[in-house]
Amino acid sequence: MPKDAGIGASSKRREDARFVTGAGQYTDDINRPGQLYCHFLRSDIAHGRITNLDVSAARAAAGVVAVYTAEDLAAVGGVPCGWQVTDKNGEPMKEPKHPILAEGKVRHVGDPVVAIVADSLQAARDAAEAVDLDIEELPAVVSMSAAISGSAAAVHDEAPDNICYDWEFVAENKQAVDDAIANAAHVTRLELVNNRLVANPMEPRVAIGEFDRARDEHTLYTTSQNPHVIRLLMGAFVLSIPEHKLRVVAPDVGGGFGSKIYHYAEEAFVTWAAAQLHKPVKWTSTRSEAFLSDAQGRDHLTTIELALDADHNFTALRCSTLANMGAYLSTFAPCIPTWLHGTLLAGNYKTPLIFTNVKAVFTNTTPVDAYRGAGRPEATFQVERVIDKAARELEVDPAELRRKNFIPPDAFPYQTPVAVEYDTGDYHATLDKALDLASAAGFAARKAESESRGKLRGLGIASYIEACGIAPSSLVGALGARAGLYEAATVRVNPTGSISVFTGSHSHGQGHETTFAQVVADMLGCDEGAVDIVHGDTSKVPFGMGTYGSRSLAVGGSAIVKSVDKIIAKAKKIAAHLLEASEADIAFENGQFTVAGTDRSLAWGDVCLAAYVPHKYPIEEIEPGLEETSFYDPANFTYPAGAYVAEVEVDPETGVVEVLNFTAADDFGNVVNPMIVEGQVHGGLAQGLGQALLEGCVYDAEGQLQSASYMDYAMPRAGDFPMFTVDHSCVTPCTHNPLGVKGCGEAGAIGSPPALVNAVIDALQGGGYAVEHIDMPLTPKAVWHAMAAASPAAAAE
Amino acid sequence: MPEVSMTVNGTAVSGEVEGRTLLVEFLREGIGLTGTHVGCDTSQCGACVVHVDGASVKACTVFAMSLDGAEVKTIEGMANPDGSLGVIQAAFREHHGLQCGFCTPGMIMSAADLLQQNQSPTEGEVREWLEGNFCRCTGYHNIVKAILAAAADMRGQQVAAE
Repeated sequence: MPKDAGIGASSKRREDARFVTGAGQYTDDINRPGQLYCHFLRSDIAHGRITNLDVSAARAAAGVVAVYTAEDLAAVGGVPCGWQVTDKNGEPMKEPKHPILAEGKVRHVGDPVVAIVADSLQAARDAAEAVDLDIEELPAVVSMSAAISGSAAAVHDEAPDNICYDWEFVAENKQAVDDAIANAAHVTRLELVNNRLVANPMEPRVAIGEFDRARDEHTLYTTSQNPHVIRLLMGAFVLSIPEHKLRVVAPDVGGGFGSKIYHYAEEAFVTWAAAQLHKPVKWTSTRSEAFLSDAQGRDHLTTIELALDADHNFTALRCSTLANMGAYLSTFAPCIPTWLHGTLLAGNYKTPLIFTNVKAVFTNTTPVDAYRGAGRPEATFQVERVIDKAARELEVDPAELRRKNFIPPDAFPYQTPVAVEYDTGDYHATLDKALDLASAAGFAARKAESESRGKLRGLGIASYIEACGIAPSSLVGALGARAGLYEAATVRVNPTGSISVFTGSHSHGQGHETTFAQVVADMLGCDEGAVDIVHGDTSKVPFGMGTYGSRSLAVGGSAIVKSVDKIIAKAKKIAAHLLEASEADIAFENGQFTVAGTDRSLAWGDVCLAAYVPHKYPIEEIEPGLEETSFYDPANFTYPAGAYVAEVEVDPETGVVEVLNFTAADDFGNVVNPMIVEGQVHGGLAQGLGQALLEGCVYDAEGQLQSASYMDYAMPRAGDFPMFTVDHSCVTPCTHNPLGVKGCGEAGAIGSPPALVNAVIDALQGGGYAVEHIDMPLTPKAVWHAMAAASPAAAAE
Repeated sequence: MPEVSMTVNGTAVSGEVEGRTLLVEFLREGIGLTGTHVGCDTSQCGACVVHVDGASVKACTVFAMSLDGAEVKTIEGMANPDGSLGVIQAAFREHHGLQCGFCTPGMIMSAADLLQQNQSPTEGEVREWLEGNFCRCTGYHNIVKAILAAAADMRGQQVAAE
């Protein structure tokens, strides 16, 4: 029986009341009195030296209030990076300055050079035409292999070889892995591309800076997934504004998917400019600017080798990856291909020896950082593709090969050879569930039916694991994070018993206002409607590390639980005093405080009122009021895992791939709101299938992004997908957080690309085409060319 | 600057606009109806869909000045007269057809036009109709479900009324 309230109920979202009526308040919906408008003149050249920059005509243009270049920002810091990776020689990564406006050189198309502030957006844009800017072109560094060839230009003088770091993990396993591969019964090798993507939340970025001269207070309204992190980075490292003088507000935010984690130059600029001009300054990104200036995702070139013994046990895995950083280091960029990637290479398997080398490469392209999944999709893709290729080479069932090598359910907690320890999991259960829901047993008959219509049908599977709930602060600190990754929550019980929760997590589509209220209502035995969830404003919320890495419920929710536990403990003391009983005898259930074994009880509201009207109160023992703040620092990551099955049909005439069915069986641990969890999986699947089939950044040799608008970047549309089958009934609860939850936000984007590619390879090989791999996106052109190069006739020879 | 007058959600409005002012700019900045969103600059995403004289239009593709005398309906005009959610709005909420909510106004306005043209769309017809509306959050799954459910609700209401 589905529950109708509290933990486990598919409560309808309270957020929707404003979003379906047009009453949401996104940052661009905010207009401050007297505000000015900002437009950035961006480089249209990928790499070049600024030889002439004259803004005098722009300054004189109608409506223009001020025009700024890097010279004006001499006292302002660069955009900081939040994670330092140490390379294989113990040296820190190369960390060149990322100026707010280009200083002398431009390093990617879209690099901001001039900022124009005017009394209307049109005036600011028009004035950009009057800027006299000459850029002497330098050779553009675009492809990663060319960038590190030794003959390329340097993107930054600090990194003449264009290598940010050269990282090895697990370094002490290197020789053992080499030996195992040299002595293996079978080695499967695969070279692959993890295609570069643009996150494309539907709401473009917006930033409004404001300065209250009388109070010496700065405010930034911004489209952020983590307003406190922006306050910390911008206040401490860029503008030197102490926290108590800087408020950052991230109101309704229209999606993020990682791209709104980072501190961006535009945020710092409008905050700074507002203080210069004593007027609010607003910048709204166009979609075209977003393609050039939002941090992009993925972009790995990888070689992976899997060694197996004669019984098909995995004995070693060796990977080598080039990871694109783009032109500057975005906030979390260095940790994505390292600690969020190398540590996941064990996947769901007991492979004993793993070694990876990652070279992070500077190029004259837009910066690259986390995008939904962030490192884990790249790890999963290579592992699940190479396993599938091994199964085909060895002519064994891909599911059986996986089962043979799965970490067995009785082996948890399981210490992997790549640092992380999985707490719980049952990978057999999710694979069996996915194959069952996908009716894999009936696939042969469906394939025959497709063949009768001249179509090639394929079934592909992928298992995945991810590390979520990021993260134990001491651990990430040791790995180079320049911040802690706990979460904070204040729970304020108001005098009449209603509850205000202030969370450092930030909702930009995840439905926290509903889910967190369910948790609190369940614990306090009250209506969900009595609980208000406040987020997204540094002036209201005590602190917060924000929302990314599927961490909100596992970390932010746990902080809320801790505070509610403290509230209940204090309320019991008050109730004991009022009921003239021992605190140990007070039971709290369904919103009632009862003296055990008696009929004496007090309602929740009576105790709350007593806390604020402490006439009869244990004042010697406790303070009045009922409000508690907690910081929750997790003991470990959480490890959601699952298995996905894709069923596709390929048209051999055109190379068009149709997704017929897609089945996801996930183990997210306990689930608070099944409706919301399923929605998260749907969205993740669409992004993963978008990566596999449609999306990809294309830079030309000059560093121009060819796929820089919705005319050219293939966003997934409703017609690209079937209805998805999703299941979260396989549950192994997380053992180290109070709700037993693991996180569900990224899974869909992690597990779906390999399942889809495996299905297409299955279809092609089943049709007699000796195609071993196709790089994503699997466009009709890519599939058609792969088939043409491996025609059935050629395969038969 | 020239002045334009139109009816928006049943109320007569007028304002000065430049020749280049788009309908969506007039709605958002001219008369403060910020429910209509701007998600792109190439008329692909559909976050700005409104109705002009009863048909769905991307408000980023028309100049405000060209709509003198027009009847415009936006997401702010889609609730029932008593303030309760309209059938499509309620279906989006009931079926979790939205997450971040940014594409939602355009989705609902687009769906409303579909359902006035086709009272019984198939799943395929709904998906095809939404070609000009992007959503990055939902994978479209629950949007399609919501629109099919709204269609059924509207047919049910019609039967009940007859």
